[in-house]
Amino acid sequence: MESSQIESILERYGRKESAILAILQDVQAREKYLPKEALEYIGEKLHIPINKIYRIATFYRAFSLTPRGRHEVCVCMGTACHVRGAQRVVDQVNLELGIRPGETTKDKNFTLETVNCLGVCAAGPVVAIDGNYFGKMSPGKVEGTLKKFRSDKKKEGANGKA
Amino acid sequence: MGRLNSPQELEKYRAEVLSKRDPNQPLITVCGGTGCHASGCHAVVDAFKKVIQEKAKEDGVGLRVTGCHGFCERGPLVVIHPKKVMYQRVKPEDVPAIFEETVLNGKIIETLLYDHPVTGEKLATEEDVPFYKKQMRIIFGNNGSIDPTRIEDYVAVGGYRALSKALAMKPEQIIGEVKKANLRGRGGGGFPAGLKWEQCRNAPGKTRYIVCNADEGDPGAYMDRSLLEGNPHSVLEGMIIGAFAIGSNEGYVYVRNEYPLAVENIGIAIRQAGEMGLLGKNILGSGFDLEIKVSRGGGAFVCGESTALMASIEGNVGEPRAKHIHTVISGLWDCPTNLNNVETWANVPLIIDRGADWYGRIGTEGSKGTKIFSLVGKVNNTGLVEVPMGISLREIVYDIGGGIPEGKKFKAVQTGGPSGGCIPESLIDLPVDFDRLTEVGSMMGSGGMIVMDENTCMVDVAKYFMNFLKDESCGKCTSCREGTKRMHEILTDITEGRGTTDHLDLLEELGWVTREASLCGLGTTASNPVLSTIRYFRDEYKEHIINKKCPAKVCRALLTYRIVSEACTRCGRCAKTCSVEAISGKAKTKKDQGIPFKIDEEKCIRCGMCFEACKFKAIDVQ
Repeated sequence: MESSQIESILERYGRKESAILAILQDVQAREKYLPKEALEYIGEKLHIPINKIYRIATFYRAFSLTPRGRHEVCVCMGTACHVRGAQRVVDQVNLELGIRPGETTKDKNFTLETVNCLGVCAAGPVVAIDGNYFGKMSPGKVEGTLKKFRSDKKKEGANGKA
Repeated sequence: MGRLNSPQELEKYRAEVLSKRDPNQPLITVCGGTGCHASGCHAVVDAFKKVIQEKAKEDGVGLRVTGCHGFCERGPLVVIHPKKVMYQRVKPEDVPAIFEETVLNGKIIETLLYDHPVTGEKLATEEDVPFYKKQMRIIFGNNGSIDPTRIEDYVAVGGYRALSKALAMKPEQIIGEVKKANLRGRGGGGFPAGLKWEQCRNAPGKTRYIVCNADEGDPGAYMDRSLLEGNPHSVLEGMIIGAFAIGSNEGYVYVRNEYPLAVENIGIAIRQAGEMGLLGKNILGSGFDLEIKVSRGGGAFVCGESTALMASIEGNVGEPRAKHIHTVISGLWDCPTNLNNVETWANVPLIIDRGADWYGRIGTEGSKGTKIFSLVGKVNNTGLVEVPMGISLREIVYDIGGGIPEGKKFKAVQTGGPSGGCIPESLIDLPVDFDRLTEVGSMMGSGGMIVMDENTCMVDVAKYFMNFLKDESCGKCTSCREGTKRMHEILTDITEGRGTTDHLDLLEELGWVTREASLCGLGTTASNPVLSTIRYFRDEYKEHIINKKCPAKVCRALLTYRIVSEACTRCGRCAKTCSVEAISGKAKTKKDQGIPFKIDEEKCIRCGMCFEACKFKAIDVQ
């Protein structure tokens, strides 16, 4: 991230220390994670100790300190989705992609995340991929849903059975 | 439209807006809430735009994308005015026919109507549909008729009239009216709002803040989001009245960043209100100033707690503090701060506009007005429902919710989010209000209502909430940090077949310690899901512990999958879907009888894929 880009974010919030959360959110939205250099730069410019910035960055769920995959697979784990079998959906995604929630595939194509509630309970269990909702999910639908976002040429499941 | 400098100018503007609207002209409203968005309402809107452009000869047909109508199960929803014909599950392909038949010729397309689940009768308008019939939508009702991005729509339905009225009252009178109405906080606590306002007004100090808590973190609850998305001005109007009564000139809306549309719509509303002189300096010429800012949350559940939320607005980690000194005395930047939930603020204009006497006639002795619930889980009509306080759970689940899908048996309702409890079938006639829910070991919370059926395992539900709470505990109090973790470990043991009879006593003891020794609402209520399920479903726990069985067939480790050879047609689908090659056998062909399939229990990971794949119910789960 260029320093001029960080500067424009800082200016947006009047370089106020109290706006640190909003500043980090804007960096996260742009880069999909918080690069170390950006955090150091912000700390220096706003006179905030780096440990305080890290404390905030690791406290809130919205932030990631590691780069993310091209596609974010977000499985809703809200109560309504849970009672309709969301856990089995996550397990199946895990089996298909070989990653657990919070992890990114080696080819940097997918990041798997769980979310506490997307508020689309009527369609539960719900999976959101890059903001597109896939409703009434079941373990059996996982493979077909992920297929559209795969980068590898085979475009098939991890178990080799397309 | 320029600035409005007095209540008279607001009324003049309202008359002007209304004069341009002919209630008899055709108007198409499409629900644009997140639920309908997920079921594809944007394609429907585009199709309407196209057809209106092509076919409407004059500018006579209006199209309005509104906020959430509540009946998310049946989205995308389309209502055609003036007859208010309601079409459900509308697809873009249906649009030309709707336009031709209903909009232009007033004919009803029967196939798109909602049919009564019991009688099969086709119901043409929202009022006819049982889902809406028993509701009392005084807060939520306008969502379906206004475009949240246009302030004139809100003004047209009487918006900001209460503000005019309030500005002519003395602040003490406004507080008196809110106290008389006995408005209780809708965020969960149920603290009387009027009293809070009074304490904040009387607190020493020059600067006072008001905050709208829109950090709706309870999984399965989305009513606050729908209000902010669908009718943001009603929340703003409540905040302006409150700020005037309290004597505050600066306010914040703290909203979850996971709700992008709500963030956008409240931002638009603040800008529009500012441009028209309803916010900012000298509101409606009264001399009263108020600035409102939006603060986005960082995805921490604990920030729904008032002191944690304020710490977060200040740019700190969202950890709660002890409330020996309440936030009305010392809150944001150590100044008196009044925080209320979205729905609480949205109630204020109604109380001022129609009066506390009118408001007091709705609800029960201790809980006045209505409450919006998000009715979700194993229920036919998923959606947002607004009901008068005191309505029974049975009416909500069966009359409004349409009962349990697939004719399954009702088991429990979970209310109050992760800090709430499960209410069993024996208490289904319980009148729903703040005090009664607390009496039975649950709570109102922000209004999530998750219906569970015979296929829901109560131990698993308790484990689910404990997992949530252990992740979301900020870690400040040992009792909460360690207590939730230990309870989760024990519940995991029980669901994986390692439970012992001592575990139940231990859970109850841990639950007690966590409740008694933690600072904030998260910790003090964290044991509710465990204690309430043990209280009402002890037998189910024992079944897991003693017989190592999960009666609801949810806890994987306690299940065995088996193929019933008599029912197996040897199609081979199960073996194909099995990702660990635990199913052996040979598929039947024309020449070959094949070999019956069977599951190797050692290899089976109990993912349930074969169960889902089998079309002949040949897979038995025990």
